[in-house]
Amino acid sequence: MTELRYNHAVNRAMADAMAADPTVVLFGEDVAGAGGVYGATRGLRDKFGADRVRDTPISEAAIVGMAVGAALSGLKPIVEISFIDFMTFAMDAVVNQAAKMRTMFGAQCSVPMVLRTQHGGGAGSGPQHSQCLEAWFAHVPGLKVVCPADPASAYGLLRAAIVDPDPVIVIEHKALYATRVPEPDSLPILPIGKAAVLRPGRDLTIVSYGAALRAVSDAAATLAKEGIETEILDLRSIQPWDEAAVLASLARTHRLMIVHEAVEAFGVGAEIAARMADIGFDELDAPILRVGAPFMPSPVAKALERRYMPNADNILAAARRLLA
Amino acid sequence: MGKTSDIARARRLYRTVLTIRRAEEALAVLLAEGLIPGFIHLSIGQEAVAAGVMDALTPVDTVTSTHRGHGHAIAKGMGLDAFFAELLGRDSGACRGRGGSMHVADISRGMLGANGIVAAGMPIALGSALAHQILGRDAVAVAIFGDGAMAEGLLHECLNLARLWNLPVLFVCENNGWGEFLPTDRQIVFSLDKLAAAHGIAHVAVDGNDVAAVASKAAEVVAGVRKGGGPAILECHTTRVGGHYEGDPQRGRDPADRAANAARDPLIRARAALTEPDAAKIEAEVTAEIAAAVAFARAAPPPKWEDAAASVYTI
Repeated sequence: MTELRYNHAVNRAMADAMAADPTVVLFGEDVAGAGGVYGATRGLRDKFGADRVRDTPISEAAIVGMAVGAALSGLKPIVEISFIDFMTFAMDAVVNQAAKMRTMFGAQCSVPMVLRTQHGGGAGSGPQHSQCLEAWFAHVPGLKVVCPADPASAYGLLRAAIVDPDPVIVIEHKALYATRVPEPDSLPILPIGKAAVLRPGRDLTIVSYGAALRAVSDAAATLAKEGIETEILDLRSIQPWDEAAVLASLARTHRLMIVHEAVEAFGVGAEIAARMADIGFDELDAPILRVGAPFMPSPVAKALERRYMPNADNILAAARRLLA
Repeated sequence: MGKTSDIARARRLYRTVLTIRRAEEALAVLLAEGLIPGFIHLSIGQEAVAAGVMDALTPVDTVTSTHRGHGHAIAKGMGLDAFFAELLGRDSGACRGRGGSMHVADISRGMLGANGIVAAGMPIALGSALAHQILGRDAVAVAIFGDGAMAEGLLHECLNLARLWNLPVLFVCENNGWGEFLPTDRQIVFSLDKLAAAHGIAHVAVDGNDVAAVASKAAEVVAGVRKGGGPAILECHTTRVGGHYEGDPQRGRDPADRAANAARDPLIRARAALTEPDAAKIEAEVTAEIAAAVAFARAAPPPKWEDAAASVYTI
């Protein structure tokens, strides 16, 4: 049986987009010769040429700023920033330039660029290579943010991001690149802003995204053995997020938990909880709970990192509070 | 160049320098009246750089500018009605009143925006140059920056990348001797020619207050970039007559410095290339154009909330 690996799905999305549209170009550190730190861009330079697939120097501020200018002048650039932690150097181009231009220039233009990057821990990569910073970007009007959790989403969301006329940050997860699924019959482009129900359930809703969904699934399996049915929503898209889908699920289960690997404080879960406490107040039979990382930098030591990252035990404990 | 075209060019350059000067003088009045939101950075004394550099460009060439970008926008072809309406935050403005002074942009004319962030326009020009290169356009991109931006690390990143990829980009430094409120010699220990040499990039310096000289040098340098010669730097030594922003009390600025600036006035020097009747005719026309544009902007409607709020995303 043929299988589809997450990093191959990312690669295929870019290859298909580049074949379909000659204005799509790809640049970033080590994307051409080395094929990307996680192998997601392997072979693309051979397929599409050194003009369209380029290695850059280690100059994040310049290359992301360059993507903005390229997007204003007729290209659809995809830039790979190999770790989301390195986006700090590129924040002006993302926040002050790409995000603002459409509004600030009176809708004369849009900025059709994609920033592909990856976040997350589990590999002992430490405080500067493990962060989950998606909430930073979701907080800025003008940006879209997606976090694909599986190979089909990695393909479908990246294709959607490339054709999207606005700047999209596609955040993959380093622990997911080697994951695989049976080759799907078809790989549709997935709409940005739509969540997916991964598991239907009647007793509680867990909203999550990215690699944290694995721990959520493990917890749900344990709860199922006790006769507790968890509905799992994969948010897929962080900005915009699928408020309607979360509300609909809450209306079925009346209990809501949000799980993410990012630091819990001021995170994506806080926004979802606040909105649901407002528009979903009548549906709630319990307080809304969040499970995320504690308010500290990501540790290196395995023992510490295991405890730092949300896991099935944290989620189970929160579920029991929710159902108590 | 024949004599007729010399005269035509001198008229054209004087008209642009004068238009920028009169436009910014009008802005100072409008600001004092309370009609301009926020604060504005005037380029009085620097107009010859905008006029001379833009004279070397075609409509498909692209430009990124700075927080002191009014002159660049006007010289790149932004209409005066759209310019003044934008500065007054009106719906008829170039950016429908959403950008204002620090974000004047006219994408259709290759003006990719003034910029409120020092040095931020440089990589945007690089990207535009990359698009010209990949799409095979006969076009160059111009990154305008001030000497204050020489202290930003981004300049080095951009020079390196531009040379590495042989991008059709011209870096134009408007060196007015000031970075915000501090003289450049108290901020910067290197000279741009040496930085250029370190990156293998040609550096040409010019008196930025002599519009004919700027136009000639810019034409030369742009021709080289256009032919595929790779990036170049044109450093224009110029004068910021006013403060960092309009209304800046300029505490600590030596009065002698201001007097020296007046002696180098690019407007007077541009006018000297013309006959009196020629200059007078242009002055009458420009005065009327500015008056009409200001009247247009004063009467223009404010932006609508619904339009602004709906413009954050395309879809």
